[in-house]
Amino acid sequence: MAEYKLLTQHIGADGLQTRAGYERLGGYQGLREVFRRFTPEQFIEQVKLSGLRGRGGAGFPTGTKWSFLPKDVFPRYLCCNADESEPACFKDRYLIDENPHQLIEGVLIAAYALQVHHAFIYIRGEYHDQRLLLERCVEEAGGAGYIGRNILGSGFDCEVIVHGGAGAYICGEETALIDSLEGYRGQPRLKPPFPALKGLYGKPTVVNNVETLSNLPHIVLRGGDWFKGIGTERSTGTRVWCVSGHIERPGCYEMENGRPIRELLEEEAGGVWQGRRLKAFQPGGGSMQVLLPEHLDLPLDMDAVMKAGSSLGAGAMMFMDETTCMVNVSMRLVDFYHHESCGKCVPCREGTYFESDLMHRLEAGTCKPEELATLSDICDNMNGKCFCPLGDTATWFVMSAYQAFREEFEAHCGAGGCPVRGGARTAALVGAS
Amino acid sequence: MTGRVLADDRRVDVALSEQTRVEISRQKERYPSARSAILPALWAVQHELGYLAPAGMEEVARILDLAPSEVQAVATFYSMYFQKPGGRHTVMVCVNVACALRGADDVVAYLERALGCPSGRTTADGMFTWQSTIECLGACGYAPMMQVDHRFYENLTPAKIDAILDRVAGEAGDDGHATMQAVAMPKAPPSVAPPPAEAEGPPSDARMPGTVKGESVPGQKRRRRGRPEGNDL
Repeated sequence: MAEYKLLTQHIGADGLQTRAGYERLGGYQGLREVFRRFTPEQFIEQVKLSGLRGRGGAGFPTGTKWSFLPKDVFPRYLCCNADESEPACFKDRYLIDENPHQLIEGVLIAAYALQVHHAFIYIRGEYHDQRLLLERCVEEAGGAGYIGRNILGSGFDCEVIVHGGAGAYICGEETALIDSLEGYRGQPRLKPPFPALKGLYGKPTVVNNVETLSNLPHIVLRGGDWFKGIGTERSTGTRVWCVSGHIERPGCYEMENGRPIRELLEEEAGGVWQGRRLKAFQPGGGSMQVLLPEHLDLPLDMDAVMKAGSSLGAGAMMFMDETTCMVNVSMRLVDFYHHESCGKCVPCREGTYFESDLMHRLEAGTCKPEELATLSDICDNMNGKCFCPLGDTATWFVMSAYQAFREEFEAHCGAGGCPVRGGARTAALVGAS
Repeated sequence: MTGRVLADDRRVDVALSEQTRVEISRQKERYPSARSAILPALWAVQHELGYLAPAGMEEVARILDLAPSEVQAVATFYSMYFQKPGGRHTVMVCVNVACALRGADDVVAYLERALGCPSGRTTADGMFTWQSTIECLGACGYAPMMQVDHRFYENLTPAKIDAILDRVAGEAGDDGHATMQAVAMPKAPPSVAPPPAEAEGPPSDARMPGTVKGESVPGQKRRRRGRPEGNDL
């Protein structure tokens, strides 16, 4: 099978992080060509044709999202979501580190298609070096006439502003990102109105992920129809998979949609480490439901994985070997959502607190067996009842793990310590949040 | 805007420098709405003072024409802003799942011994404040990791941790390693490709300073080619 590498094809080339190095490998040709070949409307049609779906986790079709902008309402804004904070996700950082100009070119192409004159790149505060790198690249691109007034003589103007966050997972939710960018606490807004109608500064706004935008130069140059030919019918193109956990070679690997998960694990990531067997894996980042070794032959296809009861989310695969304690993993994920809950709605703010408290006691072996029903009850009262998906996703892993590894959860009750890992080892860490 | 006596009797001068004020005003001009500059303005304050002193937040409010309470409300929402002064350097260990699966607990235990104080506290010499309750920092492929000030250190081993702490403690603070105080806003971009990394110390370009490569991970495929290898430890 032909191997497609699009976004990562030039990674490792000398000077790719500089404008000159990027141009040497065909960089900014997509921007030149989009002006020459397409009107903004025509390019939106190309993106629709390509079947490109958002790479940030929800998988919404990008072209459709773009077409929701009301006609003739200006100014409009574009926000590139680089607030990657989902546990197990590190692809946006990788794409920025290794090929920052590809992202900037993608931002400019989207800005042209949407007729946006101010595009923002919202990058999480922890990615300090990546923010400095992007700022340097934006300045470089501006010096070459790719940003600013009358870009490449096209008559199109656009400024790109790199905006650093300051530590808040919730700002990856698009309306919270907009609130944060406006200078408020990053809390999600009620939808509708959706950002396409009333977003940043109350104006029509599109929020797209780093990887989504990085695909655009390739779609300009080779066409939506070509892009549609890669991957599966409803999951087109490639994805940059973040592979982490108990494997031989963790890292980011680009692979087209539709290949089996097993291939990603065994061929790219070198298989489960230390010759151990796989116990479970999480296919889409910390939010998503657990899958089992029997699911390894599923294709990397959003719909197929959804049918199996989980989701490819933002493309982060975390593998756990046979020594892993599922209660411990659940506890850490619950802690994450407890820590990151923005406090706006009660089910999430209170629910994550009770979840976390219970999971810590379960892992410490001091939970009573009947409290497992309380755990289910807490999760029932959160899932689908929170203001934004953060609260819902705080229940998905723990509930799926409880279903798949019920005896392990039960064995923790009253055990006086973790029966899988041994009590002493976890005690050092408890006390988070 | 005068010196303030803190609870632990250290006097900290909280008056912002002219440079920081200019930086805040520059940030204000970058956005369609001045209020959007709150986050970068708070960063400028923290980079100068090491934390968000109330007087610093008041100055941000004055420049951006906001009520001080609004600035403080924003500042307290975000976990990277420090409300209290800490040690000269901050050490943060990611303990989320991807790091935990590869030994974050051991890193935490090792740091507690090496620094001689529990998480959340500052070492007796005032050099390090450290935290073991940090959530995913996006280094899952290079776990376990810790963040020292603004730098990521990855694929950690005890020997690497020792070397990192020694080096950071020995630095003056303005020689390229990012202390929260000394990291300034971006300097003018180089017009040519950045210079190659020195053999010792962090590379001076922005490609990925601070990333410690994993020579301790056998068989690790070098997916991040073209990287300065300068600060392998």
